[in-house]
Amino acid sequence: MKARVLITLKTGVLDPQGKAVQKALGTLGFDGVDNVRQGKVIEIDLTETDETAAYAKVSNMCDKLLANTVIENYQIELLPDGT
Amino acid sequence: MKTAILVFPGTNRERDAADAIESVSGIKPVIVWHQETEIPDVDLIILPGGFSFGDYLRVGAIAARSPIIDALHRKADTGVTVLGICNGFQILTETGLLPGSLIRNRDLDFICRDINLRVVNNSTRFSQSYALDQIIRFPVAHHDGNYFADAETLRMVEDNDQVVFRYCDPAGEINATGNPNGSVNNIAGMTNKAGNVMGLMPHPENLIDQLLGGIDGRALFESLLGRAA
Repeated sequence: MKARVLITLKTGVLDPQGKAVQKALGTLGFDGVDNVRQGKVIEIDLTETDETAAYAKVSNMCDKLLANTVIENYQIELLPDGT
Repeated sequence: MKTAILVFPGTNRERDAADAIESVSGIKPVIVWHQETEIPDVDLIILPGGFSFGDYLRVGAIAARSPIIDALHRKADTGVTVLGICNGFQILTETGLLPGSLIRNRDLDFICRDINLRVVNNSTRFSQSYALDQIIRFPVAHHDGNYFADAETLRMVEDNDQVVFRYCDPAGEINATGNPNGSVNNIAGMTNKAGNVMGLMPHPENLIDQLLGGIDGRALFESLLGRAA
């Protein structure tokens, strides 16, 4: 199955890139944009077929490498094959 | 002063660090590749500047998971002096040896110029050859030097006097004007709680010879030499 990891900055951590995107949206005439936060998406193809085991494995990957939990949060989405 | 310099793919300041060490101590450092699993018996371990692993994922993140890092933890735990400069500082936060993290500069710019620092703690092994409140001028060259720590971590860092250098304006005032990258509390360099591990964004190793415009960085290495002697 495929795992999709969504990594976002924690509330309170300055996001200069999000701010720059927000400003550019304003320049383009998009009004009503209160805030922009930029993150990243990592997709991982796994041989594991059991969802619980896959989730545990990807969680461990996030804690050990994919996210820096000092500044970032992560969410894991599992996408079974064929979806 | 026996010194080991850790090198990762993309490290580019190891030569500068080696020259600084040799200039101050007269002893050539040992270069240790990131795939090694042991660090020789030394007084000082340096993680130099550069762009290890192309800054992929997060600055310092991949380097901090290299085989050599277990040996670094073992050495640091026994009190060996560890100095991380620029990318080395970023790697040290990613290993957990230093608290907090270094994020993208406040104004998104790559800053490559001289900045002013105030020595706010000269009772560390890294800063004992400076005067307290001395104003010094170091070059910086970074895109991700914006030090961040949550309120609780920051309080502990400040309560333990772990901050060694703060960015300041030319008059020595620690304020927003003198802060090039948005670092909280103008933190430019700090130690761990035990005081044997320091990280800083500015480059002391590039100011050890008048030929390069000044010698403000020399006292940092002399501080360490004074301790090792």
